[in-house]
Amino acid sequence: MEFQLAWRNLWRQPRRTWLTTGAMVFCNVILVFLVSLQLGMYQLMIDSSLRPFVGHLQVQHEDFLEGQKLRQVVPAAATVAADLRSNLQLETVSARGQAFGLASSEERSYGVAVVGVDPLFEPGVSSLPGLVRQGRYLESFDAQEAVVGALLAHNLRVGLGEEITILGSGRDGSFAAGVLTIVGFFESGISDLDRSALHIPLGAFQEIFAMESAGHSVVVTAPSLFEVDIVKQRVEQTIPSGGDLAVRDWNALEPGLRQAIQSDIASAWFMYAVLIVLVAFSVLNTQLMSVLERTKEFGVVMALGITPSRLGRVVLLETTLMGVIGAVLGMVLGVALLLAIGRTGIPLGSIEELAAQYNLPSVIYPRFSWIGLVAGPLMVMMGSICAALYPAFRLRRLEPVDAMRSA
Amino acid sequence: MRSLLAFAWLNVQLAWRNLWRNYRRTLIMLAAIVLGAWSMIFMASLARGMVTQMVRDGLRALPGHVQIHHPEYREDPTVVNSMPPLSSELRSSLESESVVAWTSRVRVPAVITSERDTRGVTLVGIDPERERLLSFVADDLAEGRFLEGSDDKGLIVGRKLLERLETDLGKRVVVMSQDPENDVAERGFRIVGVFDSDLAVFEEGFVFAGEAIVQQMLRIGEQASEIAIIGDDYRDAERLAADVAVAAGGELQVEPWMELDPMLQTMMGLLDAFILVFVVIIFMALSFGLVNTLVMAVFERTREIGLMLALGVAPRSIVAQVIVECVLLLLVGLAVGNLLAWLTVSALSDGIDISMVAEGMADYGVGSVITPRLGLRDLAIANLTVLILGFLASLSPALRASRLEPVKALSES
Repeated sequence: MEFQLAWRNLWRQPRRTWLTTGAMVFCNVILVFLVSLQLGMYQLMIDSSLRPFVGHLQVQHEDFLEGQKLRQVVPAAATVAADLRSNLQLETVSARGQAFGLASSEERSYGVAVVGVDPLFEPGVSSLPGLVRQGRYLESFDAQEAVVGALLAHNLRVGLGEEITILGSGRDGSFAAGVLTIVGFFESGISDLDRSALHIPLGAFQEIFAMESAGHSVVVTAPSLFEVDIVKQRVEQTIPSGGDLAVRDWNALEPGLRQAIQSDIASAWFMYAVLIVLVAFSVLNTQLMSVLERTKEFGVVMALGITPSRLGRVVLLETTLMGVIGAVLGMVLGVALLLAIGRTGIPLGSIEELAAQYNLPSVIYPRFSWIGLVAGPLMVMMGSICAALYPAFRLRRLEPVDAMRSA
Repeated sequence: MRSLLAFAWLNVQLAWRNLWRNYRRTLIMLAAIVLGAWSMIFMASLARGMVTQMVRDGLRALPGHVQIHHPEYREDPTVVNSMPPLSSELRSSLESESVVAWTSRVRVPAVITSERDTRGVTLVGIDPERERLLSFVADDLAEGRFLEGSDDKGLIVGRKLLERLETDLGKRVVVMSQDPENDVAERGFRIVGVFDSDLAVFEEGFVFAGEAIVQQMLRIGEQASEIAIIGDDYRDAERLAADVAVAAGGELQVEPWMELDPMLQTMMGLLDAFILVFVVIIFMALSFGLVNTLVMAVFERTREIGLMLALGVAPRSIVAQVIVECVLLLLVGLAVGNLLAWLTVSALSDGIDISMVAEGMADYGVGSVITPRLGLRDLAIANLTVLILGFLASLSPALRASRLEPVKALSES
């Protein structure tokens, strides 16, 4: 009965109802679209920031994150990595060494980040081996060869097959030097990597920097971002306890990434909140007016014995109905918009360079997700119902006789 | 003319009274407009403040509104691509009135080694007296002293680098680079000063020494890597660059900061678009309520309007009445919204501390405090957009009202 009453009431003023519902629909479409776009962007940002190098987790010496020192090592890194692979039943685990050095060619010298990698397992934890544009990636564990960033190669003026010298200091403070043949160039699009990274086999790294069997990190990539925490727990159980090793997840390795996302979420929610409150005002206005218009009518009904709380329920039900229509239409149109744009993606055009700072590609695709679909409309509906509470509660103060007398 | 004014005034009075016939509805609508206007302006000034700061910081880190380089230097910043000593023509152009300050620097990649560790850095040779006028290194000095002359044998490093190298003020370090013949050029320096910076990259990646000492170390005579110039206003850099380019001749590359760091320029352009989109979206959410209010107001007054039409009031004056009512509502809402936004921005004039997420923002060139900035242009964009779109939104209910059939309208109960 209440449902029917509420439904009919809505269509006594179809224009008003549609305008109010329209506000909800508009707001919902915007929310569905933007939230989906945001989620898609964050996923991309995380992926493209972590994939080329950092990975999801790293086992490191507990002071390495802060200090980045050559002597803060993971002893027997390759063995630790092998143990993790068999214990976790996960192939995407690889050991690395990291050091600074001066790379010199015939013509030029540059300070570089030398990374020692296990050629067999590195492709599982980073996308860099797949980004080799010329030549090939490393193949053997202890060959004296190197893969360098394309910009670095350009600046060093070296080509494939040519030699470069690495100078630095070893773990024991000794003078470290090595001569390496360049076998490939990678292009990651991340200027830091392309400009200053140099990958060499872990065996060669250990030899040049007097590391014996030690490395600086064991990188783990979980099957997906959502499984990082589980994998982290298992890694923590597996690594030798009581040692000075620590397991760092990507939040610790790249604190800027999560913060950049958080600050973006904060500013986006400011806008969403304003939109939702504006819709709520619209609902408040409509419902208050419609209650005031019906004062006389309500008086009559109450005199006939219907309780004010029941009338209040009808008013709330009217709002809920509008909210449902608004949510359904908003979601349908929002998804339609997502589908239409999802096919072509949104080209970033002139802001491409800006996007590159966030490690975003030049075309981004919104990402369909249930959260993106439901979060916005749910908030709008809740906001609307809250707004209708005041008109609904006003009814409780209504005196049947006074109400019937009102003009 | 007078009668027209009188007519307008009459309409305004009429609209004003009409608005307050249903004060609840008007107040709710006003509240919505105030919130909308406040959020538009507040958000715009927040974004404007952030970008202004980014540009400022970017200019500080570059620094210089205009820079002159060897044409290959920007692509390949090594000692080989140094520029010859200044021609007299260029020098006199740099002494002209439109240049506030200028300096030359040697800037090359280098490796710094302490007893404990080795890092890759950018070695910058500066003329301390001139550099003071352009960049912040002197102001951000936290410990020790600044360089005292171009031939000062000391080295200034960032605090983070100091920690990484496990060395200290007063200790010696070795800086290694290459000379134009690709022979190793190295020199021992004593660390005489330590600077702090908001940008971690800067603290870790830059060391400063006397220009003459670095030139001597690299064996490049009087050559430099870049000339940096500051003019009166950073927004005028393009004109300054054009002036200097004439004197510099074709051999050198003269670029304003917009070209040196196109991202900053893009950011500023993007910001205008962002503010406009934000304003339009908020307005559209608002417009549903606005049209609703007008439709209801006209609906309630059907009889009255019918009577006016029957008495011979021209339909267009009915249109005018509804529009004036809408514009009046918007004007009051905008006025209060602007005032509130101004109050909010003034209250936050010390800046909003975002150090909670500072590391993330610092990666993208934003400091840890955002100060909102109320720009006249943003105010104009927000207010004009609302007024123009509001006027358009009121047309439909207004035209509807004017097309009422007098007889039908009158007979409505």
